[in-house]
Amino acid sequence: MSSQVEAAISAKGKVLIGYLPVGFPTLQESIEAAVALVESGIDILELGVPYSDPVMDGLVIQEATQVALSNGFKLAHAIEAVKQVTARVDIPVLLMTYFNPVIQYGVDKFATDLAAAGGAGLITPDLIPDEAGEWLSAAEKHDLDRVFLAAPSSTDERLAQAVKYSRGFVYAVSTMGITGARQDVDVAAKTLVARLRAVGATHVGVGVGISTGTQVSEVLTYGDGAIVGSALVKALNDGGVSELRTVASELAEGK
Amino acid sequence: MALRDELGPYFGEYGGRFVPESLIAALDELSAAYELAKHDPSFQRELADLHRTYTGRPSIITEVPRFAEHGGGARIFLKREDLNHTGSHKINNVLGQALLAKRLGKTRIIAETGAGQHGVASATAAALFGLECVVYMGEVDTERQALNVARMRLLGATVVPVTTGSRTLKDAINEALRDWVANVETTHYLLGTVAGPHPFPVMVRDFHKIIGEEAREQMLEITGQLPTAVAACVGGGSNAIGIFHAFLDDPTVGLYGFEAAGRGVDTPEHAATLTMGRPGVLHGARSYMLQDADGQTIESHSISAGLDYPGVGPEHSWLNDIGRAHYRPITDAEAMDALRLLARTEGIIPAIETAHGLAGALQLGKELGPEAIILVNNSGRGDKDMETAAKYFGILDGGAA
Ligand SMILES: Cc1ncc(COP(=O)(O)O)c(C=O)c1O
Repeated sequence: MSSQVEAAISAKGKVLIGYLPVGFPTLQESIEAAVALVESGIDILELGVPYSDPVMDGLVIQEATQVALSNGFKLAHAIEAVKQVTARVDIPVLLMTYFNPVIQYGVDKFATDLAAAGGAGLITPDLIPDEAGEWLSAAEKHDLDRVFLAAPSSTDERLAQAVKYSRGFVYAVSTMGITGARQDVDVAAKTLVARLRAVGATHVGVGVGISTGTQVSEVLTYGDGAIVGSALVKALNDGGVSELRTVASELAEGK
Repeated sequence: MALRDELGPYFGEYGGRFVPESLIAALDELSAAYELAKHDPSFQRELADLHRTYTGRPSIITEVPRFAEHGGGARIFLKREDLNHTGSHKINNVLGQALLAKRLGKTRIIAETGAGQHGVASATAAALFGLECVVYMGEVDTERQALNVARMRLLGATVVPVTTGSRTLKDAINEALRDWVANVETTHYLLGTVAGPHPFPVMVRDFHKIIGEEAREQMLEITGQLPTAVAACVGGGSNAIGIFHAFLDDPTVGLYGFEAAGRGVDTPEHAATLTMGRPGVLHGARSYMLQDADGQTIESHSISAGLDYPGVGPEHSWLNDIGRAHYRPITDAEAMDALRLLARTEGIIPAIETAHGLAGALQLGKELGPEAIILVNNSGRGDKDMETAAKYFGILDGGAA
């Protein structure tokens, strides 16, 4: 039993985690974009599964995933994307998914297929450990990482629970809000990471609102990973893969 | 255990909390405050006083014999929630939650609305208690329920048209949840139906169960017996559970929920969640929902904005599975016929939502025969729907539109 993500963090010390939705703007282009991210210095990939009701996401990601859905995204494409990307680059690939698609696919079947495709595990924004029994046993069985969220509003007891059930890293939500670029990293992020460390967290990724290399440097002074999403999606949307490379490289300089 | 005693978070396999971690603290805080309030005589007294002096409770029962002639001759009685202040059952829940929000020290409430009735009730309570109020409403609904948008604005609320997704109730809930995640410290999310994460399904039900409790007593007084059947329309399911709840443990009383079949359940354009959906997770709870094979929510359709929702409250999913309540589809056309029939035979214009329950009652009457006594939740009045109805029936004079 070993975590691809924890191994990557141990090997590199500090990591940059990059998010892009599968199927945006098309399946093949999203795979090329993911590979380009890795070539530009991203250490861990977080591929998003487009979903009709993304309550944790701001406009940039909502619009991109809506395009993916309109262009015919199917859940099987998420597994396909993991398979193709892991065949081309040697870094951990997590899927970020709202939970209903996994339930409908079949939790154990999804875990089986994700593991077979070489995926590292799942980040589940609307699944709390309290409701995750079936996923936790499937993840255990298939040796997959499970990344749960921790929020500034969480009690110490809930932080301890998130740490206990997460494998790979625990996702520290930097601010009370949804995804999207912000001017400054919320001071709440640093406090949250310290609280997570106090309850035993060894691997902490900090995400939501991080969009510049300077912000990456800042959060990596206390977190093990910086997670960037909207800024990358915006770059891909505005200027295609070349703009994506530029933005990703700038972010990677923050490491 | 009596069926009435279910307290959540689960109803059988349904319910729970499928939400971002950021909201859990607020949901825990709300659950705790609600538990205290439930057992606090001063809270209960304050709410009861408001219902007596502001809502206009108890709402009356009206027998509708001329309407019932079209339903197999069964006796049909309406529980007149349309006569509540603001024009629908929604105020029962809103006053309860607004009182709780005040207890929690929140200064701002947010709400989603489809038909606008819940938004109007929320804006009303905000005005009454001096709270800031923001209402999210799908852009499609702001157009078809323009009168209610004006009412909310007049009451001092900010109405935000939601332009993402299907631009209806489901997307308004998404947007309200996003707002809540960001502003949870100052803000209470005043959810308008028995859906969403725990404690909303139980709490909203408890605030509405007064409908059935009053009606059960009133029917015993008027007819000397319990009704044969109780009928209500089902969107998220709040007015239905409100009138069902007092009868859950009366095994002789049949409980019937009527969902929107839109253009027909054999077309893609309907909102018949329990009839055509299957279990999944939407808006924080496990319940029946309309979805494709991949678990993407399917957009619903109904002429009635308040029933145009691809989910349903978890308690209904459970009542459906254990067979205690029965859920059936009613098309746009059947509902509009029932709306016009009630207007013409009894001088009562119901909301289009409500008309689905009325059409259902006519069906039940024909099945159950003239001995049957049918109680219908007349959940709202139709003023807000005049534009839709006038267009549907073609009764506007050319220049007047
Ligand atoms: C009059 C009326 N009845 C019924 C509904 C449907 O909601 P629920 O199923 O929660 O009662 C609405 C919702 O807007 C409404 O305005």
